[in-house]
Amino acid sequence: MGRTIRRLVLLGPGLGWWLAFLVVPLLVVLAYSFFRRGTFGGVVFDFTLDNYVRALDPLYVRVLWFSLRVAVITTLVALLIGYPAAYYIATRPRRWRTPLLVFIILPFWTSFLIRTYAWIVLLNREGLINRPLLNLGIIEQPLPLLYNEFAIVIGLLYGYLPLMILPLYAAIERLNPELREAATNLGARPIKVFFTVTVPLTLTGVAAGCIFVFVPSLGNFIVPDLLGGGRSIMVGNLIQGQFLKARDWPFGATLSLALIALMLLLLVVQARIINRDRPASGNAA
Amino acid sequence: MPRSLFSPGRWLGAHLLLVFLFLYLPIVVLIVLSFNESGLPTAWTGFSTRWYESVATNEKILGAAATTIFIATMSTIIATAIGTLLALGLERLTNNALLDGLVFIPGIIPDIVLAIALLSFYNLVFTGVLGLKLGAWSVILAHVVFNITFVTAIVRTRLRHFDISIEEASLDLGANEVTTFRKVTLPVILPGVIAAALVAFTLSVDEFVVAFFTAGTTITFPIQVYSMIRFGVTPEINAIATVVVIVSFVLVLASQRLNPEQA
Amino acid sequence: MEQHHDLIRIEEVTKRFGQLVAVDDVSATIRENEFFALLGPSGCGKTTLLRLLAGLETPDAGRLLLEGRDLVGVRPWKRPLNMMFQSYALFPHMNVYDNVAYGLRQEGKGHAEIERRVGDILALVRLVGFGQRRPHQLSGGERQRVALARALVKRPKVLLLDEPLAALDRKLRVEMQLELKRLQHSIGITFLIVTHDQEEALVMADRVAVMDRGRILQVATPDELYETPNSRFVAAFIGESTIFRGRLEIRGAESAVVSDRARWRVAPAAPGQAGLGDGAAASIIVRPERLRLERLEAPAARDGRGTAASGLHNRVEGEVTDVAYFGATRKYVLALSDGTVALARVQVGQSGDDLAPGMHVTATWAIDHGVLVADEGVPPAPPSASPGSAPPAADP
Repeated sequence: MGRTIRRLVLLGPGLGWWLAFLVVPLLVVLAYSFFRRGTFGGVVFDFTLDNYVRALDPLYVRVLWFSLRVAVITTLVALLIGYPAAYYIATRPRRWRTPLLVFIILPFWTSFLIRTYAWIVLLNREGLINRPLLNLGIIEQPLPLLYNEFAIVIGLLYGYLPLMILPLYAAIERLNPELREAATNLGARPIKVFFTVTVPLTLTGVAAGCIFVFVPSLGNFIVPDLLGGGRSIMVGNLIQGQFLKARDWPFGATLSLALIALMLLLLVVQARIINRDRPASGNAA
Repeated sequence: MPRSLFSPGRWLGAHLLLVFLFLYLPIVVLIVLSFNESGLPTAWTGFSTRWYESVATNEKILGAAATTIFIATMSTIIATAIGTLLALGLERLTNNALLDGLVFIPGIIPDIVLAIALLSFYNLVFTGVLGLKLGAWSVILAHVVFNITFVTAIVRTRLRHFDISIEEASLDLGANEVTTFRKVTLPVILPGVIAAALVAFTLSVDEFVVAFFTAGTTITFPIQVYSMIRFGVTPEINAIATVVVIVSFVLVLASQRLNPEQA
Repeated sequence: MEQHHDLIRIEEVTKRFGQLVAVDDVSATIRENEFFALLGPSGCGKTTLLRLLAGLETPDAGRLLLEGRDLVGVRPWKRPLNMMFQSYALFPHMNVYDNVAYGLRQEGKGHAEIERRVGDILALVRLVGFGQRRPHQLSGGERQRVALARALVKRPKVLLLDEPLAALDRKLRVEMQLELKRLQHSIGITFLIVTHDQEEALVMADRVAVMDRGRILQVATPDELYETPNSRFVAAFIGESTIFRGRLEIRGAESAVVSDRARWRVAPAAPGQAGLGDGAAASIIVRPERLRLERLEAPAARDGRGTAASGLHNRVEGEVTDVAYFGATRKYVLALSDGTVALARVQVGQSGDDLAPGMHVTATWAIDHGVLVADEGVPPAPPSASPGSAPPAADP
């Protein structure tokens, strides 16, 4: 079999499917962003830049800004929580590591919807956090844990923490322990070793983990929908609103493009970090 | 290794414990609540399976579950076939880091973006031009898009440990390329392929956002659950949640055992 | 004399991988019922050549003739050659029996015949009763024998072996070397083996092709390769030797290799045999056991002078820098007065078997025992330690 036939048979279906059901649809979205909404919904094919102008309206910018803030906070918290966890797992004896990782990632494979719902039960005023605290007299009023920014961050954190831990673990595990030993040998105290050796060399893992948490968080729809209450909406809810309620697909398309653009930007940044890290990396082969 | 009670190792260990607590507490709560007679988180009135019975007799829920299983099965079959071929192609035929990276994009693209892109596309091409209504098929096609990514990634981990000389040995011993694929390559990578299929199935069953946009009037199981949550939290949801969680766990653990190189 | 029938003819075969020329215009002939080795350092193209024969690669140029029929274009599964892979490549999902039977099943052989032939071959490689076991339950040596059986059961015209002993520990390797040789003899088909271990090639093969950087440098019996290597590379790759370098000087019937510190005579016929003319860069190769050592009472003059015992010998003075004890022999490393580092092997009982580092000696060898070869590239001996010294005369 010729090399080309082999390429076609193996790579064709996958790449072809993506071409038809990913690339083309995204191009449709791109196209729609330049058109107008018809009177009864639908799309009128008049070229216009109105959607882009409208997207800059403070109303929408505020939502975008809020989304960014939430995503950033979630990512940072995930990093702070995830790094020590990944570090600990990476320094366990070999046979413990896979089981630990499996249990970290296991929740991720269950329904995001259900996992988010669980927090409704936990966080609401009659919920499992407030009730005992009230009963024990620790607080007088139920804490407003639900339907606000706090709940959204918790929900996103819960959903995506495993995605932060895995790449961090991979990067830390690949580190040559002799590098740390050398640093210690040269006089650095453990904290110094951590910040001057371990962290810089695991930067690719950090970058990957941050992307894996930030991107889905930014565009998330379920969490703000279930946990955010009416007032805290994010870009994802905006887009959904435009498509399903306001039926302004072109505008919804424009908003989606903003999201995609941000995502691509981050991927490029991450790729840069990985490439910069590669030649200088002291990781064991 | 930690010697004193407050050494860094101990702190980190405690931290990990808290992380596990954080990850599993909500799930445990749901499971426990599903057996709570009163169904309320506030009062435990006794062990009961009434919510499960209620769910089991709810036709809407069962119908949605059947639809979802159908969709998941179809999208799994298609995605597993395509993804396995793609994994072979990427691992054997190309050495392109860019391509390897691009393959991951359908997996990390925000689901809302994929959802509206496909909705727009379907609307334009299928509904607009061909006059088709959206339904299970449109969800299947959509699910395959991201499932391919996961299948490819998982099968590739299996391929990495694959000694290609056994294929050459097969050719040398008289089998042509197709026979070699059937009798040597496929059987050896099969555990990885099945593991990937299990993961794809799980993802498809649980998937909400894309289905929500592309299902038209068809109701999938997650869509059903969503509307139940949206329109008033009822204890049946706990029972449903428990079942979903247990099934997912079982599928994923099975997948892990079949393909230990996954991580 | 036996009749030699050419089984395989490799004609001007070239194979490139991008910029790299792995096999460079190689030609060779391999005979029936021969144990033939392709020997060379890693990257020399030997494995590529093997794979070209198996059909796992396609040549960019040239022909590969098996019994007169060109194999180029014939797919691997249709070729009557079988290969034993370096990693053994046993099918992990099949037991030993199915592994060995695989090739026969592809041929469409009947159940009874397969059972008989598999049984026979397992007996031949001494793995009777192993049929139900799986590869992961076998030791390295057992796996290797299964790989061997799997290839041999098809009765190929040629058995190709890719570094078959590389993965075995030393003791097993030595055992298997003899085992393979015995097997080849009793089965009577051609074995073509690829190896980087010169000792292995010399022990097992009837003829060896030494390769370097895609080219075959010399094809000869192990004996010929050792005694009469045709180049510095072959001489250095096979066994050990002392190499004297310089320029060839032909004065009538007399020839010598000359450097600024030495003059070594060579046999009159040597330049012609080596194909070298007057002024060519040349080396003389002397095997360690050809050097006779004699203790020198007074230290030699440090100016590089030496004398010849007779017209048929070369002699030089030097100092012992290292001794290694090998039971029945001693190996000496010598620093000669002309700068060359020499290796000498002396049997216990001969003169010179009691030397120690620091001692001064004379080393002598018969002119006929020096092999003349071309010296690719670099000019003669390093600069002398004491300026203005005259090169030692080789004979009066």
